[in-house]
Amino acid sequence: MAPPDHRRPYKRPAISDQQRRRELSLLRQAQSRLDAQHRARCLASSVLSLENPEPDSVPELELESKPGEERSEAPPKEFDVRQASKLRGAEARKWFARQLMLPEWMIDVPDRLSQDWYVFARPAGKRCFVVSSNGAAVSRLRNGSILHRFPSALPSGARTRDVSGSAQSYSILDCIFHEPDQTYYAIDMLCWRGYSLYDCTAEFRFFWLNSKLAETGACEPPSQYHRYRFSLVPVYNCDHSGLHAAYTGAAPYVKDGLLFYNKEAHYQTGNTPLALVWKDENCSQYVIDTDSQGNVPKQQQVVLELQEDGKLTTSDDPPVVFGCLDGDFIQKSGLCLGNLLRFAIGDGGLSFVDGGLDKADLCYLGKSNRARAFADSYSKLIS
Amino acid sequence: MAMEITQILLSAQALDARVRTEAEASLRQFQEQNLPAFLLSLSFELANNDKPIESRRLAGIILKNSLDAKDAARKNLLVQQWVGIEISVKSQIKELLLRTLGSSAHEAWHTSAQVIAKVASIEIPQKQWPELIGALLNNMTQRDQPASLKQATLETLGYVCEEISHQDLAQDEVNTVLTAVVQGMNLAEHSPEVRLAATRALCNALAFAQTNFDNEMERNYIMKVVCETAMSKEAEIRQAAFECLVSIASLYYELLEPYMQTLFELTSNAVKGDEEAVALQAIEFWSSICDEEIELQDYESPEVGESGAPHSCFIEKALSVLVPMLLETLLKQEEDQDQDDTVWNLSMAGGTCLGLVARTVGDAILPLVMPFVEENIKKPDWHCREAATYAFGSVLEGPTAEKLSPLVNAGLDFLLSLMKDENSHVRDTTAWTLSRVFELLDIISSENLQKVVIVLLESIRDASHIAEKVCGAIYFLAQGFEDSESSSLLSPYLMDMITGLLNTADRTDSSDSKLRSSAYETINEVVRCSNLAESSQIIVQLLPVIMNKLQQTLELQIMKSDDREKQGDLQASLCGVLQVIIQKLSSTDETRPAVVQFADQIMALFLSVFACHSSTVHEEAMLAIGALAYATGAEFLKYMPEFSKYLQMGLQNFEEYQVCSITVGVVGDICRALDDKILPFCDGIMELLLKDLQSDMLHQSVKPAIFSCFGDIALAIGEQFEKYVHHALPMMQQAAEICAQIDPSDEELMEYGYQLKRSIFEAYSGILQGFKDTKSELMLPYASHLLQFIELVCNDKQRDESVTKATVAVMGDLADALGSNTKLLFRDCVFYIDFLGECLQSDDEQLKETATWTQGMIGRVMVS
Repeated sequence: MAPPDHRRPYKRPAISDQQRRRELSLLRQAQSRLDAQHRARCLASSVLSLENPEPDSVPELELESKPGEERSEAPPKEFDVRQASKLRGAEARKWFARQLMLPEWMIDVPDRLSQDWYVFARPAGKRCFVVSSNGAAVSRLRNGSILHRFPSALPSGARTRDVSGSAQSYSILDCIFHEPDQTYYAIDMLCWRGYSLYDCTAEFRFFWLNSKLAETGACEPPSQYHRYRFSLVPVYNCDHSGLHAAYTGAAPYVKDGLLFYNKEAHYQTGNTPLALVWKDENCSQYVIDTDSQGNVPKQQQVVLELQEDGKLTTSDDPPVVFGCLDGDFIQKSGLCLGNLLRFAIGDGGLSFVDGGLDKADLCYLGKSNRARAFADSYSKLIS
Repeated sequence: MAMEITQILLSAQALDARVRTEAEASLRQFQEQNLPAFLLSLSFELANNDKPIESRRLAGIILKNSLDAKDAARKNLLVQQWVGIEISVKSQIKELLLRTLGSSAHEAWHTSAQVIAKVASIEIPQKQWPELIGALLNNMTQRDQPASLKQATLETLGYVCEEISHQDLAQDEVNTVLTAVVQGMNLAEHSPEVRLAATRALCNALAFAQTNFDNEMERNYIMKVVCETAMSKEAEIRQAAFECLVSIASLYYELLEPYMQTLFELTSNAVKGDEEAVALQAIEFWSSICDEEIELQDYESPEVGESGAPHSCFIEKALSVLVPMLLETLLKQEEDQDQDDTVWNLSMAGGTCLGLVARTVGDAILPLVMPFVEENIKKPDWHCREAATYAFGSVLEGPTAEKLSPLVNAGLDFLLSLMKDENSHVRDTTAWTLSRVFELLDIISSENLQKVVIVLLESIRDASHIAEKVCGAIYFLAQGFEDSESSSLLSPYLMDMITGLLNTADRTDSSDSKLRSSAYETINEVVRCSNLAESSQIIVQLLPVIMNKLQQTLELQIMKSDDREKQGDLQASLCGVLQVIIQKLSSTDETRPAVVQFADQIMALFLSVFACHSSTVHEEAMLAIGALAYATGAEFLKYMPEFSKYLQMGLQNFEEYQVCSITVGVVGDICRALDDKILPFCDGIMELLLKDLQSDMLHQSVKPAIFSCFGDIALAIGEQFEKYVHHALPMMQQAAEICAQIDPSDEELMEYGYQLKRSIFEAYSGILQGFKDTKSELMLPYASHLLQFIELVCNDKQRDESVTKATVAVMGDLADALGSNTKLLFRDCVFYIDFLGECLQSDDEQLKETATWTQGMIGRVMVS
């Protein structure tokens, strides 16, 4: 006798893999479709332009570039981060170097500091981008070279099954890698799960950073799928108590100055007056540059970029001219356009006329460290 | 008009094939040339008592088949043909059919009863046969007619009730039908034949009796008659009465309270002592009560109000007597029952019911079942050991894991030892129980995994019906490691498991291909759930092994159509495994090259599989090609020239809509793989997709996939989609109109509506994003309609979450692509503000983030 239709043949094995295969295929297709549309949406807001596409003469630093992997065709003018992460060598360095928001030195106190600004103690360490996508996180220094490649609890940062998002989505954090406790301190968030935050205010970005980062488990201690701990930096309003807390308060990291962010500022790449840095001996052990042995040089040193006409400029836009080299000297030293040169500021120091720089007493020391991508900025030099 | 066709009907049943074929041809010719005369002639034949029974029977069968068919499209055609026949002819036919009920020839009136029901199913809902019920009831009071007329009439009433819906009869008609039927069950007045027909008719008429059941006096009377009938002398009548009780249990659960004591006694006597057919219905009564209570529990409404039907806890109240009664049935196994899939006996029905009781009452069943298990599991009689294992396996779903896990942990070693029991029934049930354990409980750890795997890999070499259940156990064992960090626990055994399963697939001792396909399907799950980092090498090695097996199927000798079918089944299994391997390996950058290195050979194999089935595109091969396109990316271009003809075949396969649907999905995969390189193939593809959308023949479930595919194509080819806009957009708008008209009370249709809405939005998203920056003005004329459709969808508060996501995304796409052009549109509507608010408050991160983005996009438009 046959069982009633609606009683499934109870003791029969109930595996039906074909339906499961169909469903899983549909799931994969739906996810890929979502990713593709998602990507189309994000690109608009996170495409960042590469302003200076001409080749850089600085030799390769990129350790992981392999022969044959080099892109033969000239890179297009516009990239998104994922394309950019395929860049190698000089191009990568140049591209990444331009993507960080760089503070100016605080020369005077902005208006409405206490209402419109945040302050936090900057952790000492290496400023870098952390991009997590496709099952791995990669941190890149300002010069574009890779600091670490590691599995992370960040979204799409490890090859575990991430139920919350697709493998294709990516996140970008602006971080400082703090050596003593091997921790990435996240100071800003640029993209999260594929959504760009470039056009959001600092207020929103910090809120998002604070609420999202911990949720992922990225702030947990390291584990198999999470090699480096991430941590948030306490951000204060710039009122009296906030300044006090940032300036003198205890922090789990070595402090390197104070950073001030305007609450309304979008994430703007390059130097911006909407982010400021302050250093003195109370809040930083690196008030002034040190040489590679950590000794303070007798004279202040500057790095300037050599221009076509022999002028030496800062990295500001527009550049500020600090001096000029004559053509003979350039030829004898084998220098060329765009080289970054290190100078000592002599006893003459800097002299100002009508609030503008008049002249500087510069002594040539040599080419700067190859890892540098930029000349110093004006505000750094005169502070 | 009617013709004499007796001889042709007889010839159509002749032994001589030539005579038969000729007669069949002339019948067909008659039918095609003059359908009304044909049907009338058949009716005359059926009604004429002077004709031979053979020709009357065939006349009745042809009549029935001229009114109804299994295939929905054909049935629809037949109905239209009947409706189109002249009324006077139809009246004549109906009159002849009713007259046949009075015939003394059983086969004639029996066939006529069925034909009448088919006509009724067409005409009663249209109110075109109002006199039918009256005419039938009139038969019940005729005195000078043959005794069989009442039987024929009751049977007809039963069939008619089965065919039509309860809304089609007026309450007074229902009353008279029920009265006639219940009177027909009267013991004193009627013959057993009449009472059997009446009881069966009641079973079909019960669904019409809501009003009568709501009336206590009428209900008491019906219940009394049914319960008395359940104790009739004739077993067939008792069985029919119990079938009525099963039907009453699900239709009128909330009214049963006063009768439960009686019903319990009736059913337990039947289970204990009655003939098997009756006892099975008595068990089914309790299974139906469980179904009702489980449903009440599943859909328990939080507010206690008039709307929520009451839960009477019948199972809980009867538990202490019900469970022992069911446990008794487990001991009534038949020899060799495990050899036959279709077998249904007391022990199986009892176990099924026990499983439902466990799901109904949860933990409370364990103290009643475990002593039985412990007492019987070591007895020398295999019946006891099998029943104990079956009882244990049956109660694994329902009770809490806290209660079950200790029991299962304590019993696991013993269960494993039963896999070596001397009796094959015991081993069979044990394998099934193990698969339930792995499916339902999380008890496998690094301590016990090894011994479990060892036992399973030994037992997979047992008899094929046992091996099949062992495959099921391995399938669910592997599934337990899905999505978990512990998947590496399985890694050390992966090689042995896959080897064991491959050997099982190669076994030749099984009469059908079920074991083989179970083994391959289990390999799929094992591969899917493996830890890729640790086992990629094994999976990479498996790839050429399966490719080789697929190659061998191409060389099989095909002698008869049966061989072709077997070849197709085997290819389906192997393409399935390839698909799973490709998908697994292409999920990481490190392992993807392992697929890509074989891509040319794999693709060549799939194309050969297509080529050896001329009439249809092989579904599994198509599914696997989608995965391959995903793996190879832009490289897939080189396969397109040869592959595109199969792609087109798939897109034109209306009959096997699954194939069409999968092919549409593969187009999407290829779009993403090739990006704008798909352009040269787009004209052909779009033409077929548009045709598919316009076809009535194609199953509606494929249509949402086609709209999503428009989005995929648009996103891939960007501004090149321009030339399709005039064709695609009107169809999207038309489909949006259909969505607006869906009846919200039709759950199934609503589900389809959600798919359709989501897919229309996906199409818009793809097109808008594809046109952005270059051709977005092309979408301006459609913006307002789109926004209205979005509003319509937003206003449906029941909407599915995936619809919400697609809605909020397309709204952002509209603002993003058309920019300030949409400012006026957005300014004039307010719904989106609430809708965004709703999305931003969701717990779903993805939804929140999309909503944030959309808010930003609309915000940008508003300040522009």
